[in-house]
Amino acid sequence: MYDFEYHKPTSVADAVKILSADSDARPISGGQTLLPALKHRLNKPTSVVDLSGIAELKGIKRDGNKIVIGAMTRHADVANSPEVKAAIPMLAMLASGIGDPAVRNRGTIGGSVSNNDPAADYPSAVVALNATIVTSGRRIAADDFFQGMFTTALEPGELLVAVEFPIPEKAGYAKMRNPASRYVMAGAFVAKTGGEVRVAINGAAACVFRQKDMEAALSANWSPAAVAAVKQPADDMNSDIHGSAEYRAHLVTVMAKRAVAAAG
Amino acid sequence: MNAPVVFEGIGASPKRKEDLRFLSGRGNYTDDINRPNQTYAVMLRSPHAHATIRGIDTAAAAAMPGVVAIFTGADMVVGSLPCGWLIHNKDGSPMNEPGHPPLAQGKVRHVGDIVAVVIAETRPQARDAAEAIAVDYDVLPAATSMAAALAPGAPLLHEGAPGNVCYDWHIGDLAVNQAAFAQAKHVVEFELVNNRLIPNAMEPRAAIGDYDRTTDQHTLYTTSQNPHVIRLLMGAFVLQIPEHKLRVVAPDVGGGFGSKIFHYAEEAVVTWAAARVNRPIKWTADRTESFMSDAHGRDHVTKAKLALAEDGKFLGLHVSTTANMGAYLSTFATSVPTYLHATLLAGVYTTPTVYAEVKAVFTNTVPVDAYRGAGRPEATFLLERLVDVAARQTGIDKLELRRRNFIPADAFPYQTPVALQYDSGDYQSTLAQALKTADWDGFEARRAEAAKRGKLRGIGISTYIEACGIAPSAVAGALGARAGLYEVGAIRVHPTGSVSVLTGTHSHGQGHETTLAQLVTDRFGIPLSQVDIVHGDTDKVPFGMGTYGSRSLAVGGSAMVKAMDKIVAKARRIAAHLMEASVDDVEFDRGTFRVAGTDKTKSWGEICLTAYVPHNYPIEEIEPGLDETAFYDPKNFTYPGGCHICEVEIDPDTGICSVINFTAVDDVGRVINPMIVEGQVQGGVAQGIGQALLEACAYDASGQLLSGSFMDYCMPRAGDVGTLSVATHETLCTHNPLGVKGCGEVGAIGSPPAVINAVVDALRDYGVTHVEMPATPAKLWHIINSGRRAAAE
Ligand SMILES: Cc1cc2nc3c(=O)[nH]c(=O)nc-3n(C[C@H](O)[C@H](O)[C@H](O)COP(=O)(O)OP(=O)(O)OC[C@H]3O[C@@H](n4cnc5c(N)ncnc54)[C@H](O)[C@@H]3O)c2cc1C
Repeated sequence: MYDFEYHKPTSVADAVKILSADSDARPISGGQTLLPALKHRLNKPTSVVDLSGIAELKGIKRDGNKIVIGAMTRHADVANSPEVKAAIPMLAMLASGIGDPAVRNRGTIGGSVSNNDPAADYPSAVVALNATIVTSGRRIAADDFFQGMFTTALEPGELLVAVEFPIPEKAGYAKMRNPASRYVMAGAFVAKTGGEVRVAINGAAACVFRQKDMEAALSANWSPAAVAAVKQPADDMNSDIHGSAEYRAHLVTVMAKRAVAAAG
Repeated sequence: MNAPVVFEGIGASPKRKEDLRFLSGRGNYTDDINRPNQTYAVMLRSPHAHATIRGIDTAAAAAMPGVVAIFTGADMVVGSLPCGWLIHNKDGSPMNEPGHPPLAQGKVRHVGDIVAVVIAETRPQARDAAEAIAVDYDVLPAATSMAAALAPGAPLLHEGAPGNVCYDWHIGDLAVNQAAFAQAKHVVEFELVNNRLIPNAMEPRAAIGDYDRTTDQHTLYTTSQNPHVIRLLMGAFVLQIPEHKLRVVAPDVGGGFGSKIFHYAEEAVVTWAAARVNRPIKWTADRTESFMSDAHGRDHVTKAKLALAEDGKFLGLHVSTTANMGAYLSTFATSVPTYLHATLLAGVYTTPTVYAEVKAVFTNTVPVDAYRGAGRPEATFLLERLVDVAARQTGIDKLELRRRNFIPADAFPYQTPVALQYDSGDYQSTLAQALKTADWDGFEARRAEAAKRGKLRGIGISTYIEACGIAPSAVAGALGARAGLYEVGAIRVHPTGSVSVLTGTHSHGQGHETTLAQLVTDRFGIPLSQVDIVHGDTDKVPFGMGTYGSRSLAVGGSAMVKAMDKIVAKARRIAAHLMEASVDDVEFDRGTFRVAGTDKTKSWGEICLTAYVPHNYPIEEIEPGLDETAFYDPKNFTYPGGCHICEVEIDPDTGICSVINFTAVDDVGRVINPMIVEGQVQGGVAQGIGQALLEACAYDASGQLLSGSFMDYCMPRAGDVGTLSVATHETLCTHNPLGVKGCGEVGAIGSPPAVINAVVDALRDYGVTHVEMPATPAKLWHIINSGRRAAAE
């Protein structure tokens, strides 16, 4: 780890002020991604801005037909939240399957969504549920937020403040874990919200993406068999020592099928 | 002293004495030790697999805050890290043995090779400075795989090893072997890989060098399985420090699995440099360094051929193996594919002729050496897979084929065609017991039930033997070992009757502090709490060869028995004097000395006190004190064996293979502590399942380690091992006083073929004869998918 300055502001405004003044400053929430990177000296921030002292970033609430989750909310809190379990049980289930207990008790939704790891769980839920990302300055639609591997619409100095999830009629999630890292090798989040069907695929490609053929198939016929018939082209799939692009493409269909089955 | 209320001797399972300290975080590991005025070392490692070093500029780094010293190969010109086993080629010439300098001398040969050491006041300062060293590399093409290293025109690693060959060795009579094949009704042939593994002990390696210039005394604290061996190798071969000026301490060590047997460069570097800077130096590997510098395991490619008669009797086995040595010869690397592998190829079978040839190859990868089982898992995997393939090819049932070829229980001692003489075993019984426990006969019903759930269920078996209790020195010496392989035990009985045992073996998870103490409890009749096992310090323990090859009990325990024999003999003389009886009439049984046939007795405590307070004592005839040392050189290897059965289910949609049940019935000789044996077998089986299903060390063609962290290198987790049933079936070792054989490696040796045989069985409808390890979901899915396609076409 290289030396850095440490700040612990108590308001979003103060955090943004520090971050805007210094383009090499980085926010830290759960630290589950940033700390290992710092330890390996892969990152050299001038200062680290700890978001854990900002009360307005924490908590889960139901707001009409939305569930609003503050950026600093830990995975374990989402997994155990009665509001989430009642409104979007699949989201609680997703959170309960991230990493291991230590990771779930530290890692946050804000950190995960801002980081946009292609193998992360949350981005699929954000896209499939058509969530809105609330930042320190604006509101961003899910479709516009995730832009590529580890890349999002967040500007330098802009903080993710909350994620607003519309409550769906149906939602299902299934994933295949990478045997070594236990991150997502291929996953599918399917949802029907206000009549609109969305299928978001994570883990398999460089960035979470919508599988429009599956969306069409499910719009016509919401059933596992409907997605089972849709083949994912292998062209843009990841390929590494854990699996070929062809294998991941195959898994996309398998996981989508299982997600629809789980959604009921 | 009263006999213990709870029996804690041989056969009991008292709780492990060491666990309170380990489970409460109070162990004392090398990195927990801090010496006054200590500095910290960081190794600058090569990012290239193969390069010549044009120059190293340390000027900027040396000027950085906190830097104490920087040394490169130009500064540290010392002896080569030695190889402990000389192998001869087929033509009788010695192997090629290129040097292994602790700091690179003008050339690096694998990613992670050490180029310089930076010593600073703090570890971060040392790391900062290491980043500021400018190394001018001329990058050379690399040979990462054995095929690449053996190809014509391959990059040459060492001038002294033309064609990148270390040796081309063989064992067995080729003419006899060929004659057997000429008569065969069936010949079964196939090629297989034994996948390369990264050991990953929980505690990373660490070393502290300390030097006292007033006494010229060097001390090395290190994560080692054998401190005396390190003292011998480093003192005599690398740094030329005589034994009386070099102390090696191996305190608590958090797992080794073989990877901490070897003498590593970092040990020599901190010991050498501590005397240069005249301050203690600590080095601790981070996990990334462990991946690229701990010796890796396995990595064989083998072509095997089995000749069978019409009735399925094995007539001959022919094996050609290439074995990866990595970039340099690690301490015992050369013995693993030869004497620890080829000599096991008779297995549990009466195969009359075995011929094996082994070519050892240098590649631009981390050195490869012994890893839990060392050579024997490789032999077992190829043999037990081959038998299954033979069963399928000949149409003979796989159990029946094994039974027909087993060495019968009344055939011991049994001389194999590959040098070893097995002393005891009962393979039919371990097989029968395992089949029953695993409900082998009920399998087809379980398979049908699984099929209804869309799962492919398979069952696999392995009947194995291994040779451990390493080793008779004269035999090992005749085969090229450059050290003796006896063990040392000193029994120090204190005046009040408690006992300290100094053993040359080393415990790094195995529970010796309990098991070895049970031997003393059993013999002397004193409670376990009265016995302490001291190990891991060359200044305390007279000598020793350490722990590997499941030798601690069979060899180290036997040395203790010899020393206890001496104690009892002397104590009986003291007792005879006190009871005014003839020595021959004094019997000793668990704490009580008795004049035979009388009620005259003396207790253990009385005799111990008398030995140290010799007021009424035969002082003219015997010395005071009760402190005896014994060296024990085993007469033979020991031969644990047994039967492992694995049942798996494969999800054809994802390729995920789950171990449902695993049954192990092992003959490890006499069991001293059943709980510890069970734990050792469980751990070994978990590692075997890891090798079979999960663990893959991968390099790219340029020599970068692709599986360089736990993100990509898959270790077994609790959920990966299924329901594990472990039992033992004892036949006693006939040549050591305890009748013990060894249990540390059986789990890792017997299990991989059981798992893969189960996988192949699960895929029996897909035309598969073999699946290379690890059988990952992706690999299995591709097999299933192409099978489906073939069926559709
Ligand atoms: C062993 C292990 C296993 C894991 N397994 C999984 C898994 O299976 N699935 C999965 O999805 N994830 C997994 N993770 C990741 C983990 O769940 C966290 O979600 C992830 O590390 C990011 O969350 P964090 O709160 O720790 O963020 P941090 O590490 O603190 O930050 C991550 C990045 O986001 C930035 N950031 C943080 N908060 C904000 C904010 N409010 N606004 C703007 N930028 C911000 C930081 O600057 C940094 O760049 C695993 C992690 C570990 C260590």
